[in-house]
Amino acid sequence: MSDTEHGADQAYAHGYEGDHAPGVLPEESAGHWIRNYLIGLVLAALLTAMSFVLAATHLVWGPSIPVALIVLAIAQMGVHLVFFLHITTGPDNTNNVLALAFGLLIVFLIVGGSIWIMGHLAERTMAPPTMSQIMQMQQ
Amino acid sequence: MIPEFPASVEALRRRLEDPHALGHGAHERKAVPGAGHGETGPAVKRIIVGYGFWIFLLSDIVMFSCFFATFAVLRNATAGGPTIRDIVEPGRVIAETTFLLLSSFTCGLSFAATYARNKMWTQIFLVVTGLLGAAFIVLEATEFAGLAAEGATPQRSAFLTGFFSLVGLHGLHVSVGLLWLGTMVAQVQAKGFQETIFHRLLCFNLFWHALDIVWVAIFTIVYLLGAIVP
Repeated sequence: MSDTEHGADQAYAHGYEGDHAPGVLPEESAGHWIRNYLIGLVLAALLTAMSFVLAATHLVWGPSIPVALIVLAIAQMGVHLVFFLHITTGPDNTNNVLALAFGLLIVFLIVGGSIWIMGHLAERTMAPPTMSQIMQMQQ
Repeated sequence: MIPEFPASVEALRRRLEDPHALGHGAHERKAVPGAGHGETGPAVKRIIVGYGFWIFLLSDIVMFSCFFATFAVLRNATAGGPTIRDIVEPGRVIAETTFLLLSSFTCGLSFAATYARNKMWTQIFLVVTGLLGAAFIVLEATEFAGLAAEGATPQRSAFLTGFFSLVGLHGLHVSVGLLWLGTMVAQVQAKGFQETIFHRLLCFNLFWHALDIVWVAIFTIVYLLGAIVP
C-alpha cells in the first residue's frame, strides 16, 4: 500500500462526507458489500425471471403484458442503480442524482419524441392504396 | 461535520445569508466539506474521477436511446423480410441475460475485494467476469452469424438495420469492456493497488454495471416485447 493511496483513504474517511461519486463504496467491511451485491443479484434475477415468465405465459391479461414488462424493466434498472452503482437519495448523492435525472429527461425526449412524431408521420403520409390492392380487397 | 444540505447548497446558503462572515459564530464555523473551496479544498480525485465517468456513462446512455428510438420507429419496416418474431430465440436470450447479470455480480465482488486490498480475489472475480462476458459475446456472435446465414442481414430491411445496430452497439460495448478488463487484470498484477489503478477499477466497475442496465432495456424492448406484440 503506497503513501498516496493511504492518504486518499484517510481523506475519504474523514473529510468528505459531503460528497460521493457513483460506484464508490463507503467505508464498510467486505462482508457488507458482498451481502449488498447478493441482495442486488437476487432481486435482479427475480425481476428478470418474472419478465420472462410473463412474456411466455398467459398469467396476466394479454394486452397488459407490455406495460407489465416495461414496469419490471424499470424496477430492475432501479435495483441495479441502488445495489450495484450505489446511488442513494442521501445529500452526498445530489450531484449524481441530478446528472441521472437530466440524462433520463434527454432519453425520454429522444425516445418518446421520436415514436410520437414518426408515428404521426406514418399515419398522415400513408400512401393511398394502389388499384391492384383495391382489387385484392374487393375479392 | 456533516451538513444537512449538499455541500454546494450549504456553501451557497452561508454566502447568501452572511456574505461577509459577520454573523454569530461565523468565524468558528468550519469550511463546508466537499464544496470545493475553503480549507477542505476541492473534492478528492476519486470523487472527481467517478463523477466524470458517471457523466460519460449518462451520455453513452443518451446515445443508446437514439438507437432504441430508431429500433422502435423501424420495428415494422420489415420490407417483406423476417419480422422480430421470426428472429427471437428465447432460450438464447435467457442464457445471455443470465451470463451478463452474473458477470455484473462478480464484477461487484471483485470491487469489494479491491476495497479489502485483496489482490487474489480481485483478480479471480475479474477473470470470472471476463469469462461470463466472453460467453455472452460468443452467444451473441453465433446469433448474428445464424441470422446472416438465413439471409437476415442488416441490408435486408430497415427493421433488421435497427435491430443489428442496437444489439450490435451493446455487443461492441461489451467487447471493448472485455479488452479493458484484460488490461486491468494485467495492470493490477503488475502495479498493485496504486491510486490510479484504483480509479480505473472504479470506472470499469461503473461501465460494466451500466452495460447490464442497457441490456435490461434491450431484452425487454427488443426480445420480450418483440416476441409477444404482433
